[in-house]
Amino acid sequence: MTRTVPIIAKSRSRGGAAPAGRRRAPAAPAAAAPEPRGRGVPDRLLGPLGVAAFLVLLEVVPRSGAVSPDDLPPFSAIARALADEAGDGAFWGALLDTLRGWGYGLAIAIAAGLSLGLLIGSVPFLREATASTIEFLRPIPSVALVPLAVLLYGTRLGSTLMLVVYAATWPVLLQAVHGVQDVDPVARETAATFRFSRWARLRHVVWPTALPYLLTGVRLAASVALILAVAGELIIGAPGLGSEIALAQASNAVADMYALILVTGALGVGVNLLTRALERRVLAWHTSVRTEVPA
Amino acid sequence: MRTVLRGARRAGHLLALPALLLALWWAATARSTDFYFPPLHTILSAFGKTWFSGRLVADVLPSVLRLAAGYAGAVAVGVGIGVLIGSHRRVRLAAEPVLEFFRAVPPPVLIPVLMLFTGIGDTMKITVIVLGSMWPVLLNTAEGVRAIDDVLADTARSYGLTGAARLRRLVLPSAAPQIVTGMRQALSISIILMVISEMFASSSGLGYTIVQFQRGFAVPEMWSGILLLGLLGFALSLLFGRFESRVLRWHRGRRQAQRGKS
Repeated sequence: MTRTVPIIAKSRSRGGAAPAGRRRAPAAPAAAAPEPRGRGVPDRLLGPLGVAAFLVLLEVVPRSGAVSPDDLPPFSAIARALADEAGDGAFWGALLDTLRGWGYGLAIAIAAGLSLGLLIGSVPFLREATASTIEFLRPIPSVALVPLAVLLYGTRLGSTLMLVVYAATWPVLLQAVHGVQDVDPVARETAATFRFSRWARLRHVVWPTALPYLLTGVRLAASVALILAVAGELIIGAPGLGSEIALAQASNAVADMYALILVTGALGVGVNLLTRALERRVLAWHTSVRTEVPA
Repeated sequence: MRTVLRGARRAGHLLALPALLLALWWAATARSTDFYFPPLHTILSAFGKTWFSGRLVADVLPSVLRLAAGYAGAVAVGVGIGVLIGSHRRVRLAAEPVLEFFRAVPPPVLIPVLMLFTGIGDTMKITVIVLGSMWPVLLNTAEGVRAIDDVLADTARSYGLTGAARLRRLVLPSAAPQIVTGMRQALSISIILMVISEMFASSSGLGYTIVQFQRGFAVPEMWSGILLLGLLGFALSLLFGRFESRVLRWHRGRRQAQRGKS
């Protein structure tokens, strides 16, 4: 306990106003250098400490004048803007719009990717025949569809949906195809021996094998869908957080813009946590037996 | 004879569906009078006229160069910080939540932020690509470096490998599979960001040109731009596949050997 005091004291004595930007950098390696024994702070506090240090940095750097507060307002100003937004009905409407675009798009993408993927994966002929087409279509950046979406749907929900669905279908589809292919031949033959019906085979042999792959696909698709939903709103101007950000930027409401960006980040973190929790829950039976999922 | 037949079958599989789809597209739109879905032959003739008369150099090349610069920057920064974070446990623990947050921010929202700092020039677009697509590389590198085999690390230590040699012989090769996975994700994000940054604020580039066509209701030209973007994405993913199989050849070989044994 006593040994660690100098480390903290040193970093504090250095942490004046000017070198605030460098404060974390020298402090952290100093703590890590005697790695096995440098136990000033318990491990589980390091994460929150890192967040706190980042927020302090965000407050101090604009105030110190290193960056103009017009470009990057201090964190307190952003927080105040966030509180203002939270009291505003328009903000919640935009949040809901973004969530709607994300949710509907993701749902359509999962349904399409899942059914197509299961079909393609379980028929060898289809698999071979579609491989080149999928390899060609998948890398097409979905934002290439922006102009088409604008022409077809204008700034309505449909244009965001089009981008989201195109981008989010591929991960689900590919994972479904891989998952179905991964079925253990012994299990497949056993099912055939027992004369499982087509449906029973799908339900008891294919589905459990493909499920972990599918959930990986869903996790990837969920974050891609959020990126595309916000991007679509930002560029096309469909209602949602993205267009609110564009609006704040155009009207020079810098603090509001950062507040909205924080919200999109929080949304992203939320999506990640949600999909990971879903994975853990659905695969609770599986993780225990899982050794390695081949790529 | 059999190999020839098998080759023909493979080619058939490879080309049949694309050919069928193109033929369908051609047939379905051949007499199309729908303003938004012009006949395919109109699009194709617009393709030649639009892109091979100077635009390839004036618009496509700058886009691709920005993409290359931004992507290279993202990989360099991501690997650099990733190695740093991955090799210090406590730094990693402290930085992880903040990094996870940055990764979760949808990268396109960085565009308005960076416009404040750097205007709308090339700097903004390249910075957007770097900042937006470095996270998968960074986090994957950190994960790969963290998971270096203990035995290898001890061996390296007992041979006195330190500093640059350790980095080159132990750290980077061990983390290479994860780094490449991160690079693959980063590639598709950086293409998206290239296009979006040009659509949002620009005066040149592929994204800008396509949006100009759309605003001017030059629909066949717009379609040809979409096709070009698709071809670009496809070409880059082919290139990346080449790169990946080259860099990771040893890894794949080792894995096959391990699997064959067990």
